[in-house]
Amino acid sequence: MVNKSILVVGGGISGLTAAVEAAEVGLDVYLVEKNPYLGGRVAQINQYFPKLCPPNCGLEINFKRMKINPGIKFFTMAEVESISGREGDYDVTLRLNPRYVNENCTACGKCAEECPAERANEFNYGMNKTKAAYLPHEFAFPMKYVIDVKACQEGCKKCVEACKYNAIDPEMQARTMKINVGAIVWATGWRPYDAERLGYYGFGRFPNVITNVMMERLAAVNGPTNGRILRPSDGGEISSIAFIQCAGSRDENHLRCCSSVCCMASLKQATYVRDQYPDAKICIYYIDIRTRGRHEDFYVKVQNETNVTFIKGKAGEILEGPDGGLVIVAEDQISQRLTEERFDMVVLATGMQPVTAGERIPAEVSYDEDGFVSESLQAGICAAGCVRKPLDVAASVQDATAAAIKAIQSVRGQNNV
Amino acid sequence: MSNKIGVYICSGCGIGDALDMTALAKVATKEYKAPVCKTDAFLCGRDGVDIIKKDIAGEGLNFIVVAGCSGRVNHDIFDFGPAVNVERVNLRERVVWTQEPNDDDTQAMAEDYMRMTLVKAKNLELPTPFLGEDLSKKVLVVGGGLAGMTSALEAAKAGYQVVLVEKEDLLGGWLNKMYKITPLKAPFTDPEDTNLEGRVKEVLDNPNIKVYTSASIEKTSGAPGMFDVVIRQGDTTTGERAGAIVLATGSVPYDPVGLEHLGYGTSPDVITQVQFEELAARGPISRPSDGKAVKKLVFIQCAGSRDQEHLPYCSAACCVESIKQALYVKSQNPEAAVYVFYKDIRSSGQYEHFYKKAQAEGVIFVKADVAAVSEDGGSITVEAHDLLMGSPTMADEVDLVVLANGMVPTTAFEDPSLAGAGQSEEQAAADAIIKSNILNLAYRQGPELPSLKYGFPDSHFICFPYETRRTGIYAAGSVRRPMDMGQAVGDAAGAALKAIQCVEMTARGLSVHPRSGDLSFPEFQMSRCTQCKRCTEECPFGAINEDEKANPLPNPTRCRRCGTCMGACPERIISFKNYSVPMIGNMVKAFEVPEEDEEKPRILVFACENDAIPALDMAGINRLKYSRWVRVIPVRCLGSLNLIWINDAMSRGVDGVLLMGCKHGDDYQCHFMKGSELAGIRLSKVSETLDRLGLESERVATTEVNVMDYDKIPKILEDFAAKVDKLGPNPMKGF
Repeated sequence: MVNKSILVVGGGISGLTAAVEAAEVGLDVYLVEKNPYLGGRVAQINQYFPKLCPPNCGLEINFKRMKINPGIKFFTMAEVESISGREGDYDVTLRLNPRYVNENCTACGKCAEECPAERANEFNYGMNKTKAAYLPHEFAFPMKYVIDVKACQEGCKKCVEACKYNAIDPEMQARTMKINVGAIVWATGWRPYDAERLGYYGFGRFPNVITNVMMERLAAVNGPTNGRILRPSDGGEISSIAFIQCAGSRDENHLRCCSSVCCMASLKQATYVRDQYPDAKICIYYIDIRTRGRHEDFYVKVQNETNVTFIKGKAGEILEGPDGGLVIVAEDQISQRLTEERFDMVVLATGMQPVTAGERIPAEVSYDEDGFVSESLQAGICAAGCVRKPLDVAASVQDATAAAIKAIQSVRGQNNV
Repeated sequence: MSNKIGVYICSGCGIGDALDMTALAKVATKEYKAPVCKTDAFLCGRDGVDIIKKDIAGEGLNFIVVAGCSGRVNHDIFDFGPAVNVERVNLRERVVWTQEPNDDDTQAMAEDYMRMTLVKAKNLELPTPFLGEDLSKKVLVVGGGLAGMTSALEAAKAGYQVVLVEKEDLLGGWLNKMYKITPLKAPFTDPEDTNLEGRVKEVLDNPNIKVYTSASIEKTSGAPGMFDVVIRQGDTTTGERAGAIVLATGSVPYDPVGLEHLGYGTSPDVITQVQFEELAARGPISRPSDGKAVKKLVFIQCAGSRDQEHLPYCSAACCVESIKQALYVKSQNPEAAVYVFYKDIRSSGQYEHFYKKAQAEGVIFVKADVAAVSEDGGSITVEAHDLLMGSPTMADEVDLVVLANGMVPTTAFEDPSLAGAGQSEEQAAADAIIKSNILNLAYRQGPELPSLKYGFPDSHFICFPYETRRTGIYAAGSVRRPMDMGQAVGDAAGAALKAIQCVEMTARGLSVHPRSGDLSFPEFQMSRCTQCKRCTEECPFGAINEDEKANPLPNPTRCRRCGTCMGACPERIISFKNYSVPMIGNMVKAFEVPEEDEEKPRILVFACENDAIPALDMAGINRLKYSRWVRVIPVRCLGSLNLIWINDAMSRGVDGVLLMGCKHGDDYQCHFMKGSELAGIRLSKVSETLDRLGLESERVATTEVNVMDYDKIPKILEDFAAKVDKLGPNPMKGF
């Protein structure tokens, strides 16, 4: 018997989209997300290009679509352990990791108020801290707190005592759960390429060298600086900033492909800087500016900004001066000069590495040289979004919508509506 | 059926510590005579929910008012099935977390929200779905090229009947002219066979797909689930009923006649990308002028694209198409000199591998501005400025020049035979509808999909690329936005999903995105209609047609339930079962307006449900304090704002009204396209009325708030309160 429900793995924009789109056709959908909240990396983005609108607006709509649809069951802090079976009949074992907070949580925040311990806030890429009892972010869905027990003080029970609702359970254990589904959409997305592997740019050694994903948090009102773009070294304002494109992408030693979003992302971030610093010098080092389609309009708009320069050339190295200032050494291919320019801050446009480069899908699937899923060898299992290709948000949504119809075909089959 | 209301007040999360719960309960029991009213310290806990469930069963309650946290949380916990309506009074995020505890004004705010919700409950009915007659779940796909064939097959494989309409006598579209296509899968290094025959055969062999070739669409009338399509083939016409439509008519190459500056027309050996495909498909690549083998060849990128004089946008596919064509030449003759003159090579994503392959095969890429292309004695010279060498460069004795001439959507061309036909576009912010003679919709607002920009009928939403302003009609492939073939295949599959989703939701009476699942729809009390046409003009989705006397003819399955028509109607004849002018009007009248000498002004805020309301919640979650004079009413969209509400508020002595909506203009964020813009336009009209009443027009203002603007909310409200304070109290108080 064909099971007509589907499993979507990954609760970022691709997974959410695949789940909601399939559920609105009438399917039962399980959605599984590793983080304690849904929304994935788009929840960490300040604004989308080219409209410069907040991602939480679209997430809000998607969450509403989920809330109203009884066909979707979702699990956060959950992972897929194993898959067996075949199209129409897959047995999947899920591992549900402990949140240490149960469904009683009202998100009143008392636990965090009383919590004495701190932890690095990974939502802000470690640029600030939260308490060990924390809400991942204020738009978190589901709106439930989490306890990071690794950060807790030995024997501390303050949160347990503070909670009036018996919502905190320090003894909570991971458990497994078995489900049977007809098809699986794998949408675990991407992670930023590890910038520390680009030793010549000094990321990790020079505090004012940051990555593009960190820049999103710096510019976000719910980020570590409440939206102010400030130098990490001293919290000072900046008067100059550089963006280095293809930091790790289009590079034989790192990601061989082009990550497809970084050009637009840096152009967008240049507008963040311009909004806050009307006179700051902004410089973008690039190989090609890849603003396809109507995105070209945005490129033209940024080119027309004053004090934004584009240098055709791959930055060779970054040096740090005694004042924390940074000097970029690069060949300007247009003037054919070796340039050395000083900046207060440098943003590395690090590319997208598929999560599957490190964590393979427990199914028969082939991968390309960068770890993207190139082909599913098992009917009824398909990949969607940035595990398949480097894609921007709109293209990820498109891809996830396409994956939803593949899943529907798997569970229905032709002439079998 | 009248509502039997139970009110449940939660004192948890600090609510009970900040408010007088007994006084709050009295509002429900004494003022509104709620038959059941209970208070619990942990309503969202199991015991709390059980109390409500028991009362629903025991007391026959069908309307539950939960006063506690925001409706954005615990939606599942307070869901008691489809027969029980649930309304939430947001005491936590909107009152206790933003106001001083145990303060008279905080208590007044909480009690007012209780009143407003209870009044709402009295005016609200559960909607019954609109179910059309003779609903079809068939999908009509217009265009039989790569995207259209893909959409048709994907929908058919999911079990749906498909009608595929192609204007040419053969399926396949541009594939018919192509030698090979760019790679669609890893390792993305070599051109692929078009597999045209296989693709066409798969379509023709599929029993779920009915194909009309040499066919055009004469007329599309009706609505999702009930589109009636007249298909013309020669002298005959056939009718088909379809539930949803995929528009996949693709794009055409940019007319090279405008590209004389790049040598088009100077020699038969200056050709376009499509001409080059035809040349390659015929056999060894030779010069059109004399059939000689091609030894030296130049591709000129962005021939028309990225050019303000021609196509301002990037056509997205030309870089990889030229790479592919350069590889044709190299595979036939590795010694051939192949140059690509480019601005930027846009082989995005994994097409980087394709670019590298071409470089490895010896294709020479030159970042250059082409200055001139000339022909002399059968050989062509391309002069350019090499941007990397900083000097002029030249390729002479060139055998063939290929212009990568970009793409223009088929929807961008106005059919000359239709010029001047149809209705005039009289509203201020009319949609750009180009009469391209493709769908020929019998819609009051025009016969085709509205164009977003440059003639592409694209979505304006990053997170919702299939958003459409004509419900049930989804554009896919290069007609929607510039894209390469790989993208078009994926896009076509996605559009097929949206089409089958639309027919399924329509069959259940549900709205599609963004109010997915909404069962309500607007009902018109026609006896009071004055044929003013505002609803038919303002509907962002073209849902309302008109008869010859200008009476509105609503199409509920086209409707997206934003309420723009309800806001537009001066006679207030349009309402939803659970959202109406009287319902909101009574909420406006429900809260208390203190006498002038109490010096407690009242500011009414109408806030967009999707952005401003969550932003207000976020202000609460961050414990940001804001003005105690504020009373908020959520609206589906500011487009649904009816001016009578402002009159009602002003005539009761409310001191100021603030509209919080989404950004409008070029980068509009309103998910109903024009809601906030229309509210602004309506507001300009109310100012005249206020002026006439002797009330300052500054008492009513509009502001843009997006979901992330929560940090700005206290200041926005304080500033507005200060402005209103300066004007002094509304003199209508107490009348």
